[in-house]
Amino acid sequence: MNWETVIGLETHVELATKSKIFCGCTTRFGGAPNTHCCPVCTGMPGALPVLNQAVLEYAVRAGLALNCHITRYSKFDRKNYFYPDLPKAYQISQLYLPIAVGGRVSLSTPAGEVAVGIHELHMEEDAGKLVHDPWTDQTRADYNRCGVPLIEIVTEPDFRTADQVIAYLERLKETLQYLGVSDCKMQEGSLRCDVNLSVRPLGSQELGTRTEMKNLNSFKAIARAIDYEARRQIELLEQGGRVVQETRRWDENKDATYAMRSKEDAQDYRYFPEPDLPPIELDEDWLARLRAAQPELAPAKRARYQADYGLPAYDCQMITSDRVLAELFEGLVGLGAPAKQAANWIMGEVLGALSARGMEPGEMRLSAGTLARLIALVGEGKLNRNTAVKVFEAVFDQDGDVDAYVRAHGLEQVSDAGVVQAAVERAIQDNPQSVADFRGGKEKAFGFLVGQVMKELKGKADPKLVNTLLRQALGGA
Amino acid sequence: MELRQLTALELGAAIRRGEVSVAEAAQAALTAIEAEDGALNSFITVEGERALERAAQLQKGVKKAQSPLYGVPMALKDNICTRGVKTTCASKILGDFRPPYDATVVERLSAAGALGLGKLNLDEFAMGSTSETSWYGSTRNPWDPERAPGGSSGGAAAAVAAGLSWYAVGSDTGGSIRQPAAHCGVTGIKPTYGTVSRYGLIAYASSLDQMGPVCRDAADCAAVLDVLQGRDRRDATSLDGDYGHLLESLSGDVRGLRVGLPVDCFGDGLDGQVRQAVLAAADVLKSRGAQLVELSLPVLEYGVPAYYIIAAAEASSNLARFDGVKYGWRAQGYGDLAELYLKTRTQGFGLEVKRRILLGSFVLSAGYYEAYYRKALQVKAVLKGAFDEAFARCDLLLTPVAPATAPRLGESLGDPLEMYLGDVYTVPANLAGLPGLSMPCGFDRQGLPIGAQLIGPHFGEGRLLNAAYAFQQETNYHRQTPKGGQRT
Amino acid sequence: MKITTELIAHISQLSRLFLPEGEQAAMAAQLERIVDYMDVLSRLDTGDIEPMSHVFPVRNVLRADEEQPSCDREALLANAPARDEESFLTPKSVE
Repeated sequence: MNWETVIGLETHVELATKSKIFCGCTTRFGGAPNTHCCPVCTGMPGALPVLNQAVLEYAVRAGLALNCHITRYSKFDRKNYFYPDLPKAYQISQLYLPIAVGGRVSLSTPAGEVAVGIHELHMEEDAGKLVHDPWTDQTRADYNRCGVPLIEIVTEPDFRTADQVIAYLERLKETLQYLGVSDCKMQEGSLRCDVNLSVRPLGSQELGTRTEMKNLNSFKAIARAIDYEARRQIELLEQGGRVVQETRRWDENKDATYAMRSKEDAQDYRYFPEPDLPPIELDEDWLARLRAAQPELAPAKRARYQADYGLPAYDCQMITSDRVLAELFEGLVGLGAPAKQAANWIMGEVLGALSARGMEPGEMRLSAGTLARLIALVGEGKLNRNTAVKVFEAVFDQDGDVDAYVRAHGLEQVSDAGVVQAAVERAIQDNPQSVADFRGGKEKAFGFLVGQVMKELKGKADPKLVNTLLRQALGGA
Repeated sequence: MELRQLTALELGAAIRRGEVSVAEAAQAALTAIEAEDGALNSFITVEGERALERAAQLQKGVKKAQSPLYGVPMALKDNICTRGVKTTCASKILGDFRPPYDATVVERLSAAGALGLGKLNLDEFAMGSTSETSWYGSTRNPWDPERAPGGSSGGAAAAVAAGLSWYAVGSDTGGSIRQPAAHCGVTGIKPTYGTVSRYGLIAYASSLDQMGPVCRDAADCAAVLDVLQGRDRRDATSLDGDYGHLLESLSGDVRGLRVGLPVDCFGDGLDGQVRQAVLAAADVLKSRGAQLVELSLPVLEYGVPAYYIIAAAEASSNLARFDGVKYGWRAQGYGDLAELYLKTRTQGFGLEVKRRILLGSFVLSAGYYEAYYRKALQVKAVLKGAFDEAFARCDLLLTPVAPATAPRLGESLGDPLEMYLGDVYTVPANLAGLPGLSMPCGFDRQGLPIGAQLIGPHFGEGRLLNAAYAFQQETNYHRQTPKGGQRT
Repeated sequence: MKITTELIAHISQLSRLFLPEGEQAAMAAQLERIVDYMDVLSRLDTGDIEPMSHVFPVRNVLRADEEQPSCDREALLANAPARDEESFLTPKSVE
């Protein structure tokens, strides 16, 4: 029998606000245990929550970017369950009136276009962290992460393959980063994904029994877990078994999922409206202002770069892979750099330098002004490309002064035809064998001679001029 | 001068005039507590040393004092957080909990120069109508030690009535200030929901809880409420308002005031002597120029069931945090996490608290939410609407506080439903978020105090206090003391 | 409605309260009486009245996104029944 896999995602994203969702404690990642805490986020008796305005704004902006309907009258609800990472024994979340509903994301994958429905997007608070100490057999509860703002984005079960899931997550990550609402660092847990998966005979309209997979810490893990779980369910069904609705944990080391002991024997969260937080009523003017202030997102930028600058699709993809890179590109073009050259510098030198340093684009100090100056010097023939790369490396980390560096190191390109001609003549004189080889048809020898001229001029010669003068001198065309 | 006979405002005035030192006042209270509270059990914690230190400190600023309550000793119901001072909610499960912070009302009282004597007894987690469910033992009614002082702010009402504290701050979720005030012959007011910050009040039912004063008379209540009320950015449900003018607005003039008497509150189930006393109170107001308006509010009948559904639901969630992990008491002899939770909560909570937690879990659980919890919220809306209509026809409502005077100890605990029904007159104001005041209006044949309740529209506490002030200018009930004496 | 001991067992488990079998029956009887009384609410036709979770029409009470100093850790841990120098301690709680 042919099977179809049906997948829906619940993605939790930590918002990049300065303070927590209901108190003023910092949201910074890490920190010594229980040092980013106060009576509110540790659930002390009598403490009360007050909603952080930025959380509402970020959630609405994310909802708008995912083409959701923004709920004009929304509320918080309490989700009740006991667990030591949840100090109040309830999570303040949204069930009945989430802030955004009914969105849609269109994805292009190698296998074609896919439309993914967004069921809802809601605001909630993160839980703390539990670390078990096998030596004492005690679990330590650290509440630093308690109350860090989250949005949970729930899709419709619209995915059929792991590729579609990854494409969606990449788009989601890109979108949220462009909006500046989250850094989406999976390794720090600021983007976490639960995968709901079921299988059914191809052509069937009914959904099969699904399992929920947790602990998926990378796109790679997600893809592998989907493949594993789909296979597991299909094999189970083909052998006459049945799928049990349960939560399964992905074990990265064993490359397998296994059933988790249930958090609560009977899951009944007894949601009810949070009495401590008044409802939220959104003003049309406020929404309109927020909508108008939405940044241009990556797909729009890609289309525009192709249309306006005639850049290849690949280049557009690369330079919009991060908002900082796209802003750098736009800065460069704005300062007069030719679009293709600007793109080449970003794809080559900038990404190379970042990767060599293990840095994110957001951590880069290099400004558009500095890189634009470098590109201009190359364009004006004052620096050759190789020297420019060296200057780039020197100014990258501290956003140094290009002109000062070039002056200090005497790197201006030698474009004086007389000087180059003299070097060419010397090279011909000193290397008769190569000259003979070239004339005998060995093109490689020409390269060697160029190298000799360059060496003579300490690499600063204008390569085009060297080429021209050398060919002239050798009598070739 | 017999300091204990003075009202809070009288003592405050004497302190500011230099006739009494803050330390003398504090010492008078501490001596009385020492001598009399063993029998009364109105305090859970007495902070004698701290009070005397504070008295010395306050004395230095007495010349610059602004507040009429400066230096006046008072006490707090023990569900209000006090930094570093044991706060128990009268529950075993809170153990030796010492909050790392002060409730907003504590900060406001401190700023006004209040002097805290200690923490007052209550029904466990403020759940009860008699102060008998306290882990620290029942409080006795100063008018008759065989009787309950009412609840849940029984410690507050008893301490004020017995002259152990000049005033107290209690909390009222379904009548917990008004009903013990009635049973102990003192004056108490539950203000409009949202006018006193709940930050630092250990929640029972967050949408209904509100703190307020328990005092010897209406003027004291006005002065204390002027200190307590104010918008607090730490409580998102707190309201903006023009606060702080209650005391200065007391005129005693009730001419033309339309006093509504809901016939539904004077029917079956009401003790005859209570009915008589409350109706007599209406006549007193009338004699000073108020107009009496009869009206019907049949929806009040649904107050108690709606109240217990909503309160229990919120309580089941609010009390879930008491699990033996972060603070309070932890059971011994648990094998794993599940057992730690189960043993701590089972042994840490008393029976009435457990009953309400179970009831709350039930009305919120899958399959019952719609029929009970959601329905109760609809009834709340209906009730609010009915009050709005009533306040188009009158300026305030006059009702009994409780169907009868203080019950004998032990009498109420056998039948929880019977006890819940006793809250019939007080819970509607909580559901609708309205201010409600309780004032002494007579005594029954056994000499037990009877209370009358005034309910006002929201932000109507000034109107209530002024009506009570007028009533107290005309009557002496509030001046009677349990020992047969009469305050001047 | 009938409150069975099974239902009592279920809500006790949700509430993390343990009732020995003897107490379950008594509790079931009490709750049944209370719940039966609450059923008077069904006499009131509430139609499609919006449930009122918040009594006053206060909306959008928000705080600015500003970082405030956190609490002293020792003050937060001081009340913990089991702790080490930096954390609250519980029996094994992770899988």
